[in-house]
Amino acid sequence: MEIRVQIISVIASLGLIFFIFELIRKRKFLEKYSILWIFSGIVLFVLAIWRSLLEKLAWVLGIEYAPSALFLVFIFLGILMFLHFTMVISRLTTQNKRLGQEIALLKHELEKYKKQS
Amino acid sequence: MNQNTRNLIIIPALNEEKNLPIVVNSIRESCPDFHIVVIDDGSTDNTKAVAERLGCDVVSLPFNLGIGAAVQTGFLFAKEHGYDIAVQVDADGQHLPEEIGKLIEPIRKDELDVVIGSRYVTTTNYDTPFFRRLGMIILSAVNSLILGKKVTDTTSGFRAYNRKAIHFLAENYPDDYPEPEAIVLLARNGFRIGEVAVSMRKRVTGSSSITPVRSIYYMIKVLLAIFVDIFRKKEIREEHGN
Repeated sequence: MEIRVQIISVIASLGLIFFIFELIRKRKFLEKYSILWIFSGIVLFVLAIWRSLLEKLAWVLGIEYAPSALFLVFIFLGILMFLHFTMVISRLTTQNKRLGQEIALLKHELEKYKKQS
Repeated sequence: MNQNTRNLIIIPALNEEKNLPIVVNSIRESCPDFHIVVIDDGSTDNTKAVAERLGCDVVSLPFNLGIGAAVQTGFLFAKEHGYDIAVQVDADGQHLPEEIGKLIEPIRKDELDVVIGSRYVTTTNYDTPFFRRLGMIILSAVNSLILGKKVTDTTSGFRAYNRKAIHFLAENYPDDYPEPEAIVLLARNGFRIGEVAVSMRKRVTGSSSITPVRSIYYMIKVLLAIFVDIFRKKEIREEHGN
């Protein structure tokens, strides 16, 4: 495997892990939403630094050029992430809807009581 | 059911300041024993002020949540205030209040839980744009197939519900284009659904929310939702207090 692509991969995955860590530290990421990110960062880092593992993985997958296997893993993790986002957004949408409904009903009640008193 | 049932009319309204007074006044004329709640779905015109001036209860959503969520807010209102019958009437003037009596008759007699005011049970004076009609035909075929029972007008929003259905729908009501999906949901959870023939009018002012482009999205979304519903467990649980 070309050494340059390995160096770039190692630096990029380390950068990713560091960046995620920073975001959690500054409380811009909730821990529960960052687990998948950290996991992805670690997987990419391990595959980038551990050459023979990546080559074995590439062989198992029938990929001739080992760094391509890294891209495949990256894409797979990316899709996983998107699925996770959609799940979270759907849940937030449902909760947001109920909040809107409850607020509207409460406001209506409140105005009624205000008028009475 | 005794004579002292408490009846509610739910009017979901999005920018309907022009139609609302006509609709509310004609309801008052033909159904004086019904209480009216207007659910203002984040209107940008004077819908809220107009409804209040008319003396209706107005529940105003803080932002536009879509017709499904708006109607569900009506069910929540009905549940909280202990209504026995809820009738959904659209604010655009299509649904004729004179027909409400016909609609709630099967519920009063405790023959049905949900009654749909249908345009196509017998010939009535209403013609539908082509695209919408095509969509309706497909939806009604799918619904009939799933339910093993003929439902002709699955998109009609002119419906009456009894207390049991109100409580169920307050917790489970589909979003966006809820009507066809709600039928499947209700039927699969053991509610008795039926149709009565009603006349409907064309919109008084304004335009229908369903354009040809939207009706394609509508079809796909609804069919997907209905399809997925088949694979869901039944939602009905023991009544949880309140």
